[in-house]
Amino acid sequence: MIRVALPYHLRNLAQIDKEVTLQLEAPVTQRAIIDELEATYPMLRGTIRDHNTQQRRAFIRFFACGEDWSHVSADAPLPEPIASGTEPFRIIGALAGG
Amino acid sequence: MSGVRVLVGTRKGAFILTSDEKREQWDVNGPLFAGWEIYHMAGSSADSNRLYASQSNGWFGQLMQRSDDGGKTWEPVGNEFLYDGTPGTHQWFDGTQHPWEFKRVWHLEPSPSDPDTVYAGVEDAALFCSRDGGQTWQELPGLRDAKGELWQPGAGGMCLHTIILDPGNPDRIYVAISAAGAFRSDDGGATWRPINQGLISPFELPDATAEVGHCVHNLAMHPTKPGVLFMQKHWDVMRSDNAGDTWYEVSGNLPSDFGFPISVHAHEPETIYVVPIKSDSEHYPPEGKLRVYRSRSGGNEWEALTNGLPQSDCYVNVLRDAMAVDTLASCGIYFGTTGGQVYVSADSGDNWKAIVRDLPAVLSVEVQTLP
Repeated sequence: MIRVALPYHLRNLAQIDKEVTLQLEAPVTQRAIIDELEATYPMLRGTIRDHNTQQRRAFIRFFACGEDWSHVSADAPLPEPIASGTEPFRIIGALAGG
Repeated sequence: MSGVRVLVGTRKGAFILTSDEKREQWDVNGPLFAGWEIYHMAGSSADSNRLYASQSNGWFGQLMQRSDDGGKTWEPVGNEFLYDGTPGTHQWFDGTQHPWEFKRVWHLEPSPSDPDTVYAGVEDAALFCSRDGGQTWQELPGLRDAKGELWQPGAGGMCLHTIILDPGNPDRIYVAISAAGAFRSDDGGATWRPINQGLISPFELPDATAEVGHCVHNLAMHPTKPGVLFMQKHWDVMRSDNAGDTWYEVSGNLPSDFGFPISVHAHEPETIYVVPIKSDSEHYPPEGKLRVYRSRSGGNEWEALTNGLPQSDCYVNVLRDAMAVDTLASCGIYFGTTGGQVYVSADSGDNWKAIVRDLPAVLSVEVQTLP
């Protein structure tokens, strides 16, 4: 079981209160998590990565075990605490704006 | 009992204001989509319970929402706006070419006959259409063939902000783009041509009478006179009597002919409304007096409407999609400000009052007249 923590607006959009849990086969990667997240919650499509380019949106960051994984390959295996569900994979919106 | 439903889009959410035909007591519902920019909401005239909303922000991009119960509940629908084919390039601010990039939906225009058909004007400027209630969107790419490589963003972005569907001729569509101009299709959106002859933009363009590039801010049309168009350009209020083939200026005695919205009275095709703004450098009313100007002669002769509007120390703006009219017997005029006020006049503009005063900055105002 994979745990995913979403920012406030995306939790509201997906109508979820806390973390999302996903079932994924190994290897657990950022791409696999977001693919499954979008399949389970289609309203999130286009909000985390751009429809056209499939690239992470500019004001979004991905964190795993306290480390910024935003610039790591989307196909790189994530750390074991993420794959085992001990730690959540965090999708974070930039603290910016008015 | 008849009534009105006012759809207000703001920088931080949407609000729905409802009243009966007297338009004196109002219910305020909102914020909906709290914290998001709502560039526009629109209701179908074929089914007043069908509403569409454009929801976006800089973090999470564009979402589209649909309601089938007059705004009580909403569901996210399709938000994939992919340009047809290889989109190519347009002019950038510095005159170089720049790739077309989707940013947001500025304006929604539901079909007058089919609640599942709705057009969307987007930035970077293009026209999309959904025929399945917003689930999927397809571009009408012929528009960008109308010299799209010469279009250039205005200060607010290169946005397609106005869509007018001719109610008597489903093949005829008008759009306006900042800063590209006005365009018309006579074949349902397959092919387009610029309709900017007569526009003069000496402060904005190297060639003041260029075929494209004019910063058109808004268009308006009365449904009984679909060949007559009114335009608020960056500077100048303009009129066309031949479906946009040629334009002439009707700014007349306005204190400033800069502004954003323009609207036509529901029952008087020659009665039009604008909100003069001091200049393109100072986006607030001249002399700090918020005045709607009305012409009952289709332009040139204007009167200031001030009763109930602040006449001192007022420095708000009224954006291009933030004025609307209802179709009740005594025509109601509505507008919203960047200061968060939404004003109504239930008597064609003679008297005004604020429905609400402290919303986030208002981006758009639409009104539905309910049976």
